[in-house]
Amino acid sequence: MTLTGPTAGERFINGILPENPVYRQLLGMCPTLAVTGAMKPALTMVAATAFALVSANLITSLIRHLLKPHLRILVFTLTIATFVTIADRFLAAYLYSMSKVLGPYVPLIIVNCLIISRCEVCSSKQSLGIALADGVGMSLGFGLGLASIATVRELLGSGSWFGIPVLPAAWPDWGIMLLPPGAFLVLGLLLATIEWVGRVRGAKKRARETSA
Amino acid sequence: MTMDSITLLIQIFVSAAIINNFVLHYFVGICPFLGVSRRVDTAFGMGCAVTFVISIASLLSWTLTYYILRPGAPLPAWLWRVAGGAESVTVDLSVLSYIVYIFVIAASVQFVEMYVRRFSPKLYKSFGVFLPLITTNCAILFTCLEILKQLQDPMRLWGLAEALTLGLGGGAGFTLAITVMAGIREELELRDVPRPLRGAGITLIVAGILAMACMGFAGVDKSIETTVQYLLH
Repeated sequence: MTLTGPTAGERFINGILPENPVYRQLLGMCPTLAVTGAMKPALTMVAATAFALVSANLITSLIRHLLKPHLRILVFTLTIATFVTIADRFLAAYLYSMSKVLGPYVPLIIVNCLIISRCEVCSSKQSLGIALADGVGMSLGFGLGLASIATVRELLGSGSWFGIPVLPAAWPDWGIMLLPPGAFLVLGLLLATIEWVGRVRGAKKRARETSA
Repeated sequence: MTMDSITLLIQIFVSAAIINNFVLHYFVGICPFLGVSRRVDTAFGMGCAVTFVISIASLLSWTLTYYILRPGAPLPAWLWRVAGGAESVTVDLSVLSYIVYIFVIAASVQFVEMYVRRFSPKLYKSFGVFLPLITTNCAILFTCLEILKQLQDPMRLWGLAEALTLGLGGGAGFTLAITVMAGIREELELRDVPRPLRGAGITLIVAGILAMACMGFAGVDKSIETTVQYLLH
């Protein structure tokens, strides 16, 4: 191929930090905010999303030569919907209480912009291996994003992590962290922190370059 | 129409629009809420487009769910009996619902876009550009799923009016949230926001404060019930 995009390895790494779906691209915000009240639902959500993302990436990569431009979004969403239905039935069968907690957010994976954007940007143009690496990398990045938010919210909101009490019993639970406003506030502050760290690092790097 | 059903309709509307606001309570439709909320007029246009599509999608999805997809729906049950299946079996096609809904949403967005472009160029100019984006707006699928949930429960079998009210209420809530947010962001442009917070950060924090404001309305639906009863007696 003459068109040299990022290789499979680069795409894999890209998904995790440089193009992290949660912090860099701000994609797939509904689950990011809705199910991060605790670690367990957050990680279940990540697993379901990862399954749908990787499977949909593989399928779109396989059928990429058959896609018609004006119908491609419809094909993507129908493919994703099929895999999400599988994930949803699986959760309802084996993790019933968890599927009740996640509620409508499992089917809402279908319209998770992250998956559609990966199908559109990457897998509908790339070969199977690259699509797979991209899907796995993006899923890991998504998982990292959700896990970080869920950690902050669960620690502050109920003093525990994965349901295990971590903070001393005297910790006053910040109830607001488990409610919708807490989700917005935590994500906003985490975004700002990452932006700030990036800025400080960039400034240091520039200072080194000018002094050298 | 009885008094109870009117009360229920008002409750559904107020609940979807304000108390359990789609954006600020259920987090659906966050992408346009963050992305298209820089200016009040575009935000309002987006809100109108979403309300329009949600209403159409809720009508279609109620019809499909009631007659075809819900457990014990008439059409597949009839087909089942014609095909010679046993009477005692309840036909349940709700496993297909996600695929059907996403297809309905994509198709209705396509048709609405074509219709508006053909018959109302002015309207098309004001919100036509947002229409393709709406297919992936979670708020619409969320409405369909909520209707499915109500129809799966035989105790609260919703009618078309309830489904449409949910759609309109949700759309109104989305419009309200995105317009308020755009108004605040227009003001924020002129303020000295700390550098790392600029853009998405401050928007999310403002959204958090708006969500707290929405929480303040909790319990209003109960008082609506008493008010309506008081007014009608």
